[in-house]
Amino acid sequence: MPRIIVDVMPKPEILDPQGKAIAGALQRLGQTGFSAVRQGKRFELTVDGEVTEEVLEQARHAAVTLLSNPVIEDVTRVEVVKDATIGVSE
Amino acid sequence: MSETPLIGDFSPAPDAGLSGARIGVITFPGTLDDADAARAVRLAGGTAVSLWHGDHDLQGVDAVILPGGFSYGDYLRAGAISRFAPVMEQVVDGAKGGLPVLGICNGFQVLTEAHLLPGSMIKNNHLHFVCRDQKLRVENNSTAWTAEYAAGSEIVVPLKNQDGQYVADEKTLDELEGEGRVVFRYVDVNPNGSRRDIAGITNAAGNVVGLMPHPEHAVEAGYGPDSSAFGPVGVRGGTDGLGMFTSVLKKIVGAN
Repeated sequence: MPRIIVDVMPKPEILDPQGKAIAGALQRLGQTGFSAVRQGKRFELTVDGEVTEEVLEQARHAAVTLLSNPVIEDVTRVEVVKDATIGVSE
Repeated sequence: MSETPLIGDFSPAPDAGLSGARIGVITFPGTLDDADAARAVRLAGGTAVSLWHGDHDLQGVDAVILPGGFSYGDYLRAGAISRFAPVMEQVVDGAKGGLPVLGICNGFQVLTEAHLLPGSMIKNNHLHFVCRDQKLRVENNSTAWTAEYAAGSEIVVPLKNQDGQYVADEKTLDELEGEGRVVFRYVDVNPNGSRRDIAGITNAAGNVVGLMPHPEHAVEAGYGPDSSAFGPVGVRGGTDGLGMFTSVLKKIVGAN
């Protein structure tokens, strides 16, 4: 079944305390190739049947009403993927 | 209903004339401090009414408290799912019509998610849960919930949170400051990295107030903080939070 992927990231101007802690942990592990980490959220919305424009519009609406808080977060992706691509690099 | 003292009657008797004021306290799945908030209402002399998140019904109460806790386990974002609870439709409508609404901690988070108050709360800047007796300054005593305090006075109430860092964009922060809508500010220590030391804010009308610290845990001698900003108190003798509840009760019965 197709799924709609929604990615949500903290706004660039908002300090991301979790990302900062992860960056610190990477440094301590000797993985020093990264200058910063920001942590976001990924939602996978499963659709029964075909993903119509109407369903996609519903997903876009859900992304900005429930899945993210526009005060602190940006929706960075709303995209349909085929089931086979879930869990592997897209 | 009068409240039976737990160990001994150290607190002054509440004003009997306030018992006609009915304050609703909403319970969401995962709410923790509803019983404490209801007890605070009773200790201040009012009548507490339990409200359920799943009902489209405020039972005709004169004011509403959204208490602290971890509603819906803080899943998604703190307050994000509770904001869509059936009872919130009535809370939002009521708030827009002037109903006094107080959001404490998780309740504050629900009020921001419901767009009744601007800004949002993110994880504490130091990433740790914090629990301490916190000094606050009352910056605005013209709200429904702060009229009992002198402007600029300080109070000590417990603070306990994980996601307590208040954030908003600079324009919103400037508006809040310019319109006198910062109600409480952290004093001595900023415990969570909140912008401009903001601990609590109000809407433009002054009927909706949200704050991260817990006034309902500082209402009864013997069970409050070990200190008070009003002078020396005995062990756990701090009752600086009680004024928030008497403020709204007096407003409702027309004594303020």
